[in-house]
Amino acid sequence: MRVLYFAWVRERIGLAEEELAPPPEVATAGELVAWLALRGDNYAHAFERPGTIRVAVDRVHVPASAPIAGAREVALFPPMTGG
Amino acid sequence: MAEVSIVGTAFDPAAEAARLVVDGAVGATVSFVGYCRDEGGRLAALELEHYPGMAEEEIGRIAAEAKRRWPITGLCVVHRHGLVRPGEPIVLVATASAHRAAAFDAAAFLMDFLKTRAPFWKREHGADGSTGDWVAATDADDSAAARWAEAERPG
Repeated sequence: MRVLYFAWVRERIGLAEEELAPPPEVATAGELVAWLALRGDNYAHAFERPGTIRVAVDRVHVPASAPIAGAREVALFPPMTGG
Repeated sequence: MAEVSIVGTAFDPAAEAARLVVDGAVGATVSFVGYCRDEGGRLAALELEHYPGMAEEEIGRIAAEAKRRWPITGLCVVHRHGLVRPGEPIVLVATASAHRAAAFDAAAFLMDFLKTRAPFWKREHGADGSTGDWVAATDADDSAAARWAEAERPG
């Protein structure tokens, strides 16, 4: 799946997007965040407070409990500050 | 412009809002324009990052919900991305209806949900040339959006 990062999540990781294939036991959006946090210090920094991370699956907001199986695009980002 | 537009350059909010008066059925328009502040001279610009594709789609979903809840005859949302200078518009929300209440309420609803659900992030650029922090989300914005859910509860 394509994983996208925005704002300070993008800056801390040092990537805007990447193609990833999480193992099957990573079933939900929240589990994806926890799995990513183990990939390195930059990821650990980005996801040090997982409760603040917002998730969109295929461009629709979802809760951390949402399944990610079959998702083409998962985006991880801070709370939004537009308007 | 389309009903929902994400633009990278300055726009004229009055001209966009005026397009909603298409015929004699429109009795009221309401428009809200949010501008970039200079924070007492401290800021040179706000940088707005967005999620292309989802930004349009999410505002479109909020717009569809506004049309479902209120008898509005038209609406228009324009949101900037990129570097926005003090005094320039960041966002326009405009609504039209036969009577004022629907236009007022739908515009407030659109703006409250846009603040908390449209995928945009602001960062400050200082007048001294520094790139500052990402703007933090506020509880006040969450409360503003939540009031629309409470209004739906029976009793």
